[in-house]
Amino acid sequence: MAKSALLKSSLAKKYWMALTGLFLCLFLVGHLAGNLQLLTPDNALNFNKYALFMTTNPAVKVLSYLTYASIIFHAIDGAMLTYQNAKARPVKYAKNNAAANSAWSSRNMGVLGTVILVFIVTHMITFWAPMHFDKNMPLQTQTITMNGQPSEYYLTTDGSYLPKQQVDQKVIYIKNRTEFYNAQANVKIKEGYKDLYKITVAFFKDAKYGLVYTLLYVLSMAVLAFHLHHGFASAFQSLGANNPKYNGLIKGFGKGFAIIVPLLFAIIPLYLHFILKA
Amino acid sequence: MKLTLKIWRQKNAADKGQIVDYPIDGVSPDMSFLEMLDVLNEQLINRGEDPVAFDHDCREGICGMCSLFINGEAHGPDRGVTTCQLHMRMFKDGDTIFIEPFRAKAFPVIKDLVVDRSSFDRIQHAGGFISINTSGRTIDANTIPIPKHDADRAFDAATCIGCGACVASCKNSSAMLFVSAKVSQFALLPQGKVEATDRVLNMVNQMDAEGFGNCTNTGACEVECPKGISLENIARMNREYLSASIK
Repeated sequence: MAKSALLKSSLAKKYWMALTGLFLCLFLVGHLAGNLQLLTPDNALNFNKYALFMTTNPAVKVLSYLTYASIIFHAIDGAMLTYQNAKARPVKYAKNNAAANSAWSSRNMGVLGTVILVFIVTHMITFWAPMHFDKNMPLQTQTITMNGQPSEYYLTTDGSYLPKQQVDQKVIYIKNRTEFYNAQANVKIKEGYKDLYKITVAFFKDAKYGLVYTLLYVLSMAVLAFHLHHGFASAFQSLGANNPKYNGLIKGFGKGFAIIVPLLFAIIPLYLHFILKA
Repeated sequence: MKLTLKIWRQKNAADKGQIVDYPIDGVSPDMSFLEMLDVLNEQLINRGEDPVAFDHDCREGICGMCSLFINGEAHGPDRGVTTCQLHMRMFKDGDTIFIEPFRAKAFPVIKDLVVDRSSFDRIQHAGGFISINTSGRTIDANTIPIPKHDADRAFDAATCIGCGACVASCKNSSAMLFVSAKVSQFALLPQGKVEATDRVLNMVNQMDAEGFGNCTNTGACEVECPKGISLENIARMNREYLSASIK
C-alpha cells in the first residue's frame, strides 16, 4: 500500500507536482543568471562562455537531465490532474461564482502550464537545438583593426585570437564543430566558442519577425508569472508546510518571485530588440 | 421582495434535469433562505405541482444537512453560514437567484436539490474514529493531559459538520478539506495518535475510491466552509500521509 500511496494516490500527485515545481523554480534562477549575461558589458563573450559551461560541465549535465525529467513529469502529472479533476464533476454548474472564493491563476494552472510547455518546446528548438546539434553553428569572431587594416579573428577558449584568414587558407581546419586543427600536423591547437549570442541577437532583431518574437516571449513570461503566482506558495502547502508563523513569508516571497523572475527574463529580449545597436 | 428563482429540477437520479424559473413575491428580508423555499413549496403544493425537494434538518447551522449552490456559491453569498443561516436580506428586490444542487460525481443527485453525500460516511467509516474499550473500565478522557493549544486546534477541526460545501465549491470536486479535518481532529490528540498511520492511509484511499477530484490548493473550500475549517488541516493531512506512506 505504501508504495502505491507514493505514486498513485491523490496526495502523491500533489507531492510530485510540488517537488518538480520547486526544482523548476531553482532552474529558473540558474537560467536567469545566465541570460542576464546578455546585458553585461562584453556580453557576447560572457554569454557564449555561459553557453559553453552549460553544455559541457558534468554537474550541469546531471542537473539538465533532472530538469528535462522534471518538466516532462510536471507536465504529465498536471495533465492527469486536469483530466481527473474535470471528470470529478460530470454536470457543471449553470452559475458558478468562482471569483468569489479563489484566484484566477489558481483555477487556470492547466491552461497556463500548457502555454509554458509550448513556449519551452519552441524555445528549445530555437536556441537549445542549434547549440547541441547544428553542424553549421557559427563560432564567435571579432573584428580587430591593426595598422588601419580590419581583419577577423576567432576567439578561443584560452583567451587568444586565431586569424580567420588561416582557416580560409586551410592552414587550420575546424573539426567537431568547435575544434581548431593544424592542417599540416593534424593536431588540435585551440577551441572556439559556439556563437549562441549571435543566434540570440539575430532572432530578436530579425527584420521581419523580431518584434513578434519579442512580444511572444514577453507574453510567455507574463503567463509564467501567473503560473508562479499560484504555484510557488502552493508547492509548500502540498508538502505540508503551512504554519501561520511563516505563511506570510512564503506567500510574500512567492509573489515577489513570480513578478521579479519573469520580469527580468522579459527585459532581455526587449533590450535586444529595442535598445541594442546592431 | 420580488424574486426570480432559477431552480434545478430533476425527477430522479436517472432524469436529465433542467433549470426551471419560478417567480416569487412577498418574500420578507428577515426570512431565512430555507423559509423562502418553504413559502415557494406551499405555493407549488396549492397549485397542485410537485414541491422542490431540498435537504434540511436542524435549521440552526450545526447538522450539515442543508446544502444548495446559490448564485454560484455553496450556501450562498454570505460567509461562515449554512443555507439555513442565510437570510433574504443578502439579496435585493428584483434579483434573479440560481439554486442548484452540490455538484460532484461523488455526490449524485437523488431528486431536485437533494444529493447523496454518503460517500462522506464511507470515508468516515474507513478510519474517522478511535477504537476504545467500552467494557466498563474506560479511562476518563480528562485524565490524559493535553496542551490547550492542541486541544483547541483539534476542536476547530472537529467543528466540521460534513456538509460538503468544500466539495461543491472546489473546481476539482476535491474532498480534502473534509477528510483533512477528520484526520486532524484525531491526529492532534494523544488518543488518536495510536491509529494515526492506518487512519490517514485508509481515509485518503477511500476518498480517492469515491471519485473525488485532486486538490490543487485554490483555497475555495476554506472561503466557502460554513465552519471556517482552515487549509492548515490539509497541510497537516499531507504531512501525516507522507510520513504514514514511508513508514
